[in-house]
Amino acid sequence: MLCDNCKERDAVVHLTRIVENAVTQLHLCEKCAAAKGVETTLAAPQHPLGDILQAVQQQASSTAEDAPSCTFCGSTSRDFRATGRLGCPHCYDAMERSLRELLRRLHGSSKHVGTRYETPAAHLLDKPDTLHDLHDRLNRAIASEQFELAAELRDRIRVLE
Amino acid sequence: MSTRPNLDLSLLPDGGVRWLDASGPNADVVISTRMRLARNVTGYAFSGRARDGERLRMLAQVRDALGGVPSLSGSMLLRLDDMPTQDRQLLHERHLVSKELAGLDQQHPLRTGAAVFLGQSVGLLVNEEDHLRLQALRSGFAVPQAFEDVQRLDQELGAQVPYAFHREFGFLTACPTNTGTGLRASVLIHLPGLVLTKEIGKVLAGLQQMGLTYRGLYGEGSEVVGNFFQLSNQTTLGRSEDELQDLLVRVVRHVIEREEEARRVLVRDAGYIIEDKLWRSYGTLRYARSLTFDEAMNYLSGVRLAVGLKLITGLSVYTLNKLLIFAQSAHLAHLEGRALTEGEANLARARYVRESLVSEGGESNDPLP
Repeated sequence: MLCDNCKERDAVVHLTRIVENAVTQLHLCEKCAAAKGVETTLAAPQHPLGDILQAVQQQASSTAEDAPSCTFCGSTSRDFRATGRLGCPHCYDAMERSLRELLRRLHGSSKHVGTRYETPAAHLLDKPDTLHDLHDRLNRAIASEQFELAAELRDRIRVLE
Repeated sequence: MSTRPNLDLSLLPDGGVRWLDASGPNADVVISTRMRLARNVTGYAFSGRARDGERLRMLAQVRDALGGVPSLSGSMLLRLDDMPTQDRQLLHERHLVSKELAGLDQQHPLRTGAAVFLGQSVGLLVNEEDHLRLQALRSGFAVPQAFEDVQRLDQELGAQVPYAFHREFGFLTACPTNTGTGLRASVLIHLPGLVLTKEIGKVLAGLQQMGLTYRGLYGEGSEVVGNFFQLSNQTTLGRSEDELQDLLVRVVRHVIEREEEARRVLVRDAGYIIEDKLWRSYGTLRYARSLTFDEAMNYLSGVRLAVGLKLITGLSVYTLNKLLIFAQSAHLAHLEGRALTEGEANLARARYVRESLVSEGGESNDPLP
């Protein structure tokens, strides 16, 4: 889609305005959006999570953000910030703390209260969150000095034990 | 199940558009109800990060599991990664696949392994942003029925394929906006009364406060055209599937009441102006020789309102629904049997609309001789 203003560049800012109860939509390229005073920066990630992600990530420590944060798929938090998408289900464990905060901001809660799911019997071996798995994660959390996470894991292990 | 290199729409169960038949509750205002569940399979990276081979293995795993999924018995497998653009566009125009799965989204090129299984009232999109997108489409305002369809498919499939599930976060999805239930419950609703009375801004702002969001005809990223709005839940975590459905039902019921009230006000306070405007819409559709898509949608909105207000009595809501889908570019090209330029599509659209209005009953109902 071309920019409504210059009709030259691709529109990347989609603005819905409600003025006197009339809804209008405006599609602008970055330059025209900036010229019209619509808040945007050329460096901001171009997906709906961009702003929220930036805010959450700024709170998190930035020292290790480019190291592979997920051992399963190798995704880093930088990848997530750039695309707004996680690499695999294991990323939820690898980035548990910052994701919990992000989920709270997005949904107002990080606790699933809907349908529970049991992995089918033939796949029980793949079941995540077993005690063994939690102990591994606790050790990793202590080694990387993530004490808040470690405390949480210890609580969960106590419940299971 | 069969795989076909070229799309033959007549092979789809009911052409994949049974939801257009206007048989559901409140079908004059609510065109359709759609329930979507996002699911991922353990052991693979999410589609966007997975390699081609992983996505193909995933598709094979799902295909092998379908023997235990009665909801999709007799379904048709369509490989989008093996299909010309026009056929993918056609499926997208029928709301059977998302723009991303169809590879029509500039940001996300067509993926190897992109496929869809189409059954009677449910569909299973494979290798979308999430590995699996389960969807059910129903005519009219039919939230519990559509949810029942998708829930049955979910239970059957989840017993065959291991889903990625987290005890705290729920069903895990590529984008955290879908995490939890993975449920997007939506209705496609026509609100010309609220737009004409300029009440729409208040109503949309109100529903956003209630936790719903609105989009255009084709969901995320699409524009509002022809006064058609897609209303859906904004969040997926922290509320159960039942709560999310209840919320949608309550808010949509209220929106329908506001729309009906707005229509009463229009007829009472601006009777002849509205009548003139709506008959002009009908006149344009009936006689125009070239129509852009947006024009057609806007005039169709007028005619739909005229039918709702019983100004025009001979036209069925089904015909209007059909025009909504079949007057789109890929459908017109399919009808003409060749690719069309934009100008040619505008001519073909006007011709198709004219012929439909004549053959399906609009012509004889003008009250004046």
